[in-house]
Amino acid sequence: MYNASNLRKGLKILIDKEPYVVVDFQFTKPGKGQALYRCKLRNMINGIMLDRTYRSVDTFEPANLEQRKMQYLYSQENHFHFMDLQSYDQSALSAEQVGDAKNYLIDNLEVDMLLFDGRPIGLTLPNFVDLLVTRADPWAKGDSVAGDSKPVTLETGYTLRVPPFIEEGIKITVDTRTGEYVTRVK
Amino acid sequence: MSPGSNDPSSLRERETLAARKPNLRLRAGLLQAIRHFFTKRDYLEVETPYLIPAPAPELHIDAIPAGGGFLHTSPELCMKRLLAAGYPKIFQICKCFRQGERGSRHLPEFTLLEWYREETDYLGLMDECEEMVVFVLEELGLPPRLEFQGRTLDLQRPWKRFTVQQSFERYASTSLERAMESGRFDEILAFEIEPSIGFPKPVFLYHYPSALAALARLSKDAPGCAERVELYAAGVELANAFSELTDPDEQRARFEKELAKREEQGKTVYPMPGKFLRALPFMPESAGIAFGVDRLVMLLSNQKEIDPVVSFTPEEL
Repeated sequence: MYNASNLRKGLKILIDKEPYVVVDFQFTKPGKGQALYRCKLRNMINGIMLDRTYRSVDTFEPANLEQRKMQYLYSQENHFHFMDLQSYDQSALSAEQVGDAKNYLIDNLEVDMLLFDGRPIGLTLPNFVDLLVTRADPWAKGDSVAGDSKPVTLETGYTLRVPPFIEEGIKITVDTRTGEYVTRVK
Repeated sequence: MSPGSNDPSSLRERETLAARKPNLRLRAGLLQAIRHFFTKRDYLEVETPYLIPAPAPELHIDAIPAGGGFLHTSPELCMKRLLAAGYPKIFQICKCFRQGERGSRHLPEFTLLEWYREETDYLGLMDECEEMVVFVLEELGLPPRLEFQGRTLDLQRPWKRFTVQQSFERYASTSLERAMESGRFDEILAFEIEPSIGFPKPVFLYHYPSALAALARLSKDAPGCAERVELYAAGVELANAFSELTDPDEQRARFEKELAKREEQGKTVYPMPGKFLRALPFMPESAGIAFGVDRLVMLLSNQKEIDPVVSFTPEEL
């Protein structure tokens, strides 16, 4: 059990039976009045933001969260399936829950799965993932509008801009936090 | 890492401290000017102990336990005992300590200027407070019109005065009565009223509901109100003053009520400050004010937050 004085950025608490993370937090106290804790919270399941003001008498249940290593298996009917690397149990996330991470999900990729009450709610990718270029147009030399880069499509369907020497069939490293090209895999 | 080596975090710490120099200089000058103001007016500077056995029993002010007692949350009780013993005009600049108070304008250890004077009331103190700030500005060679966070702060007298009731009518989404009933007074004051008041002139909010003034005298002409006043400048709360309650039975009853509420909320129940209550019948009609020195430095140095106006925040130690 937490009380209001435990509130800080990053604290994960239960509100209406759903997990929320404190993303912003301000303490104030008018005159001889009670302490007020103004919080911005993000619902960890659907991402919806919430503004709440708490007082010193308020208490909170911690959200029962755990992180487990899982391996990506396959996608089917808008769901992405993973396997727990310790228990070999399988679980799935909806396309909505996976979001942009789908751009990096290749077979056997290891991710950190976040579970709430044992149920997967989101994943954290490795910072760098190696992906195969499946389509690359030849570079139009002298195309000053395009500059020194050209678009390519990766095995996941993700398109991004890369240096002109990257061709079809080459593997490249992509930074999953920015979605940008990092280097060619040797 | 060996001493003298180029540790980047040590460099950052020293740079942060060095960048505060203009604010700390202003602070030093301010303290001198405040002392000058009060000594010129025949106030006696006093020092009362920081370590005390019984802090003033107030529901929302939590003292830090120390050395078998508590660090004082304000010098109020000791200073009033001096008043009762025949010290008619006293002031003190001291550190005060309040558990858990940390925010962009709060530090658990902060500097308070407190002064008391007999034969005056909260109205008289409002005047003296204006005079003090204007005097200090002159001493520091600062203009009476300042810029604070992109807006003008005009400290020339007279300042504005309105009642808590009026402030709710002007700025709040609900009435004072409804806010009191629903227990949302503090919230509305902090988020709806405070940010809108004290521009360009500072404003005194007075006549607080009597339930919100544990040590203040009740108003004779405004029923249900206490002679308590809060000063705001540029949306920043600067000072709290009141006509002192001198009735020991009434004071004891109010303390008992506050302590009962503390117990109900699972907070530390302080011992009853017996010697203070014993001295109270001998206290003359008087008024006292607690003024946040750090906050005044913030305003005068155009700092949005309290951190850069102190040498060290607790996190930096």
